[in-house]
Amino acid sequence: MAMTMNTPGPTGKRHRLDRPELLAPAGNLEKLKFAVHYGADAVYIGGQKYGLRSGADNFSFEEMREGVEFAARYGAKVFVATNIYAHNEDIAGLEAYLRKLEEVGIAAIIAADPAIVETAQRVAPGLEVHLSTQQSVLNWRTVKFWKDEGLPRVVLARETSLEEIAEIKAHVDIEIEAFIHGAMCSSFSGRCVLSNHFTDRDSNRGGCCQSCRWKYDLYVDGDTVTGEDENQFTMGSKDLCMIRHIPELIEVGVDSFKIEGRMKSLHYVATVVNAYRQAIDSYFNDPAAYELKPEWLDEVNKAANRPLNTGFFFDTPGTEDHIYEAEDKAAPYDFAGVVQSYDETTGLAVIQQRNHFKPGQEIEFFGPGGTFFKQQVGEIRDVEGNVLDAARHPLQQIVLRTEQPVKPMDMMRKRIR
Amino acid sequence: MARKPELLVTAASLEELRRLAEAGADAFVIGESRYGARLPGEFGLEQLEQAVQYARSSERQVRIYAAVNNLMDNATSDTLPEYLSKLAAIGVDAIVFGDPSVLMAAREASPGVPLHWNAEMTSTSYAQADYWGRRGATRIVLARELNMEQIIEVKQRTTLEVQVQVHGMTNIYHSKRSLVDSYLGHLGKEPGGLDSSLGKGLYLTEEERQGERYPIYQDAHGTYMMSSDDICMLENLHELLEADIDSLRIEGLMKTPEYNETVVRAYRAAMDAYADNPSGYRFNPEWLNAIRRVQDPERELSYGFFYKEQVY
Repeated sequence: MAMTMNTPGPTGKRHRLDRPELLAPAGNLEKLKFAVHYGADAVYIGGQKYGLRSGADNFSFEEMREGVEFAARYGAKVFVATNIYAHNEDIAGLEAYLRKLEEVGIAAIIAADPAIVETAQRVAPGLEVHLSTQQSVLNWRTVKFWKDEGLPRVVLARETSLEEIAEIKAHVDIEIEAFIHGAMCSSFSGRCVLSNHFTDRDSNRGGCCQSCRWKYDLYVDGDTVTGEDENQFTMGSKDLCMIRHIPELIEVGVDSFKIEGRMKSLHYVATVVNAYRQAIDSYFNDPAAYELKPEWLDEVNKAANRPLNTGFFFDTPGTEDHIYEAEDKAAPYDFAGVVQSYDETTGLAVIQQRNHFKPGQEIEFFGPGGTFFKQQVGEIRDVEGNVLDAARHPLQQIVLRTEQPVKPMDMMRKRIR
Repeated sequence: MARKPELLVTAASLEELRRLAEAGADAFVIGESRYGARLPGEFGLEQLEQAVQYARSSERQVRIYAAVNNLMDNATSDTLPEYLSKLAAIGVDAIVFGDPSVLMAAREASPGVPLHWNAEMTSTSYAQADYWGRRGATRIVLARELNMEQIIEVKQRTTLEVQVQVHGMTNIYHSKRSLVDSYLGHLGKEPGGLDSSLGKGLYLTEEERQGERYPIYQDAHGTYMMSSDDICMLENLHELLEADIDSLRIEGLMKTPEYNETVVRAYRAAMDAYADNPSGYRFNPEWLNAIRRVQDPERELSYGFFYKEQVY
């Protein structure tokens, strides 16, 4: 996809994309490959240090190098989240780490701590520095500050509305990245230390234990403010989904559409990227004729972990935007397998098992660009030809007849209710 | 005599400010909620000017810092140049900020007025202190989630003044959402049917932590959840005094003037005793007993994160 330069900024770098970038999370190398294959223009990952997802797999430098090479074949870029707020003891080693990121071909870091921002600019000038949402940037004057500091891109706080984004774009010529899909902190990002107080885990260094989703009771002067059930109060937010509002986001000038979820599954990443890729491309093919396709929404819902909403883009979230009851998995589908190969003459596909499936179950195949069909699982065999009653073993190669041709890296999901 | 650090306090009103100044406070951080975060009371420009006039005439020459440390939206950011130039004209001794928009506006609107960087939980290292120092800040207010060792190292490695909170509650969560109103809606009650503003006695309990009460309130900027305990470093204050920390803050939010006066007097006594004779300094248990007598029994006095090791 073309990314051309408009008016060059003081740094000489591009700072406005002619078509917004679709930016996807990748918790590991396999997810990176699928995110790119399904249409991400860029992916963001975590390294072994300085990132806010200490629970994700995270990349070694070797894996980063391989990820960068893979992405380059698609013209895609790899960013690394270095978005902690560093403590004194984190500073030693920072320079070497950033130089190494530059050396393995990382295009940009996403940083919140100004000490990390400045160190990267000094020791690894080949890395772009994007300001993380952890800085909770809400206004154009702060965006201007970071532009003057030489940053080509700011990731806005999730609390900014479309109208405020338009004002920011009107005041400052800089790339604006905005989260358009995924889980949200209900607090201002970076301004929550519940985890620190409850469990001594430092949320601003990757230790967040998601205390906002625990159960609370509200009291006034010793009396509980509740109905019959206890512990109904929550700070847990529904997840963000802007698939219905692609034209508004493009027209307001958001340069990078960011999907949340370095901890999310391969199936989630591929499904969500696939839907947004089609929506964005469809808009650019013919803006006037653009229509939301119901299948994009269906697809996104099949990957959803929680109920969805539109965050702060149109209004401040209210009662309907929080999750007060037990969290049900929203999607009645589960990831079941990945296509390894397909034989056109026999119509047989080799599937790598990712979740239990068996003959008779309803399954769906999908691939990049919206290829999609449903069928039932027929006879299944292992690669030695033995007939199986179920695909039980993770990563086992399963031979299965598909009703339409499939391609390597197409995905298979099963209906679970 | 050793150099005396500053004893910094909040105040809910001019009356409380005078009372705490007489009790031994050296400086005050006050302001209005449009610009300042989690203030115990409103000081519009007029009250702020009166506070500055009082400070100038006060025997102990107390200092007034303007709280401009909210996260700013576009609309508020647009009013910053005018507001900051008025603060400069009034003659405040410093502007406390936590959003770079204030720094941008201050360069033109209030040149020469010292700037204190206070982004609360995100001010975490000497390197960050130096960063804001190179851009004009004279002081860093450290995150309450740092421990003693980290605080001392920041002080040793930065040229900026270092401020830490030594007493009172801390903010542990800030959302732009109106979470109490949303919850009332969920219960089928009228949103706003319950006054959830500061000082109305609302608190949360967490399912697994019964007995801990976390104050919660809402204002125009959203919802705040506060710590269930009060930091009290009085007993070990000498460690911070030995480290030459420049400013020690007492948070007076959600406390009575009586309580705050008692706390100020206790810290004043300890700081004066230390300054008179550092090597012969002894903690006097009576200082702490005075605080204990006015302490809400539901709120434990704790060392906060001063002696904790966090994981991540």
